[in-house]
Amino acid sequence: MDLVDAKRREVLKTGGVLALAAASGIIKPGDALAQEWNKAAFETKSVAETIKALGGSGSTLSSAIEITAPDIAENGAVVPIAVESKLPKTQAIAILIEKNPSTLSAEFEIPAGTDPFVSTRVKMGETSNIYALVIADGKYFHAVKEIKVTIGGCGG
Amino acid sequence: MRIHRVLAGVLTAMLPCFAPAQQDTLKEIERYRQLLQDGNPAELYEARGEELWKRGRGPKNASLERCDLGLGPGVVKGAYVRLPRYFADTDRVQDLESRLVTCMVTLQGFTTEEAKRNPFSGTGVPMLTTDPFSGVGQRSVMTDLVAWIASESRGMKIAPSMSHPKERLAYQAGENLFYYRAGPYDFGCVTCHGEEGKRIRLQNLPKMTNAKDAQRAFGTWPAYRVSEGELRSMQWRMWECVRQMRFPELEFASDASIALITYLAKKAEGGALDAPAIKR
Amino acid sequence: MVDPMRIRANMTGDKVEVKVLMSHEMETGLRKDAQGKIIPAHFIRNVTVTHGGKTVLSAQWGTSVSRNPFLHFRFKGGKPGDKVTISWADNNGEKRTDEATIAGG
Repeated sequence: MDLVDAKRREVLKTGGVLALAAASGIIKPGDALAQEWNKAAFETKSVAETIKALGGSGSTLSSAIEITAPDIAENGAVVPIAVESKLPKTQAIAILIEKNPSTLSAEFEIPAGTDPFVSTRVKMGETSNIYALVIADGKYFHAVKEIKVTIGGCGG
Repeated sequence: MRIHRVLAGVLTAMLPCFAPAQQDTLKEIERYRQLLQDGNPAELYEARGEELWKRGRGPKNASLERCDLGLGPGVVKGAYVRLPRYFADTDRVQDLESRLVTCMVTLQGFTTEEAKRNPFSGTGVPMLTTDPFSGVGQRSVMTDLVAWIASESRGMKIAPSMSHPKERLAYQAGENLFYYRAGPYDFGCVTCHGEEGKRIRLQNLPKMTNAKDAQRAFGTWPAYRVSEGELRSMQWRMWECVRQMRFPELEFASDASIALITYLAKKAEGGALDAPAIKR
Repeated sequence: MVDPMRIRANMTGDKVEVKVLMSHEMETGLRKDAQGKIIPAHFIRNVTVTHGGKTVLSAQWGTSVSRNPFLHFRFKGGKPGDKVTISWADNNGEKRTDEATIAGG
């Protein structure tokens, strides 16, 4: 068994976005293993670009993805966002903020046995759509929610 | 009245176009605040504060464990809600931060200037170029201590002492300061905090002369302020309000600051301390 | 010296519920100081959570995760007394690892 093949099988078995990206040919297997942090994905400036950088060619809107977040954030520095996916074989969840300087905020790899659920806090520069991108069984899905960001009272 | 016209003008200029959905907006803001409660970075300050209380520091390499915050040397639990109060050893009314300055000087051997240095932590762009309290990556021993000491009074009733003549004097001075109008806008604390239903943009302004408003407002400081990315205390809140009013700077741990805090603590009497909180 | 994380791990039914608060400035690299100089980006890039030698969550973060990050997730297979280990690494090469013991439900 060729060493590269064996490594590739291992990476694909453990699952994850990088493995899928490798499988889709965008990132070569060697790169995927060496790459701890997907620099290209964190430099994208649009939702479409981000999905590509994460190994997808597009994404389907899904009602099986639930975004829990306020409609209005009193301050954009800390916006609480929770994402729960009811899609079977959820492998990864990513949070994208459309109007931010870089679209991708965070990406989580969900091994088997871990709930397809993450809750965290993100920075929003302005009112924007939040996309919860889910990679499940090698396919890409998303949900959207607009969050309004206000400026506070006394000088921000 | 000139002041009201100026204020109305200022507020109208800042009103967002949310008027029709006013109630929904306020409900959503409340929901934002609820969602924020889980996981308060104030805990990080509290952990450091507890360690700093117990660690030997300064020329005397002594800890603060003999510091008397009003309930006896070293008693921290319940001390915050009984401040400000009169202290016989300094013969003056002191709040938490001025008392910590006293202890840093007497127990640890710092100079007053050293103890008062860098009272407010800052990790971002200073709001004023003359802002002495901010700096990239700066931690503040004072802020950390305040966070922990306040946490040791969480849930307890706010009960500032008002039995000593100097305490009553401080209250009166604080009340005078609350109503004192000056500066280019002729603002006083009362301008924003003396009437029902006032707000600036979407920020509801508590009427500090109303017990329930005062309890909720006073009882949620110190707080991790997400807009600052820092934990902020009552001393900071007074300093910042005074700055917003375009007054000359309120000196950290000054008698004026203590008087204001004494007045507000008395107005908040009976409320439960819900601090360190997390807020915008 | 990097501050320790505050980790809470509790049983919720048959799952372990983890809530963690990390001390990190998460500087975006887009802000300027009083002198007009850019404050360099300084942020957590990777987070790994393990239990019993197995990775139960891994994450890659950018600069738009909030300062003093908060993270909440759940996984199966843990029981009270087990250890959950969380590690982060930032763009400056700084690292931090802390562990917590799972408390009973």
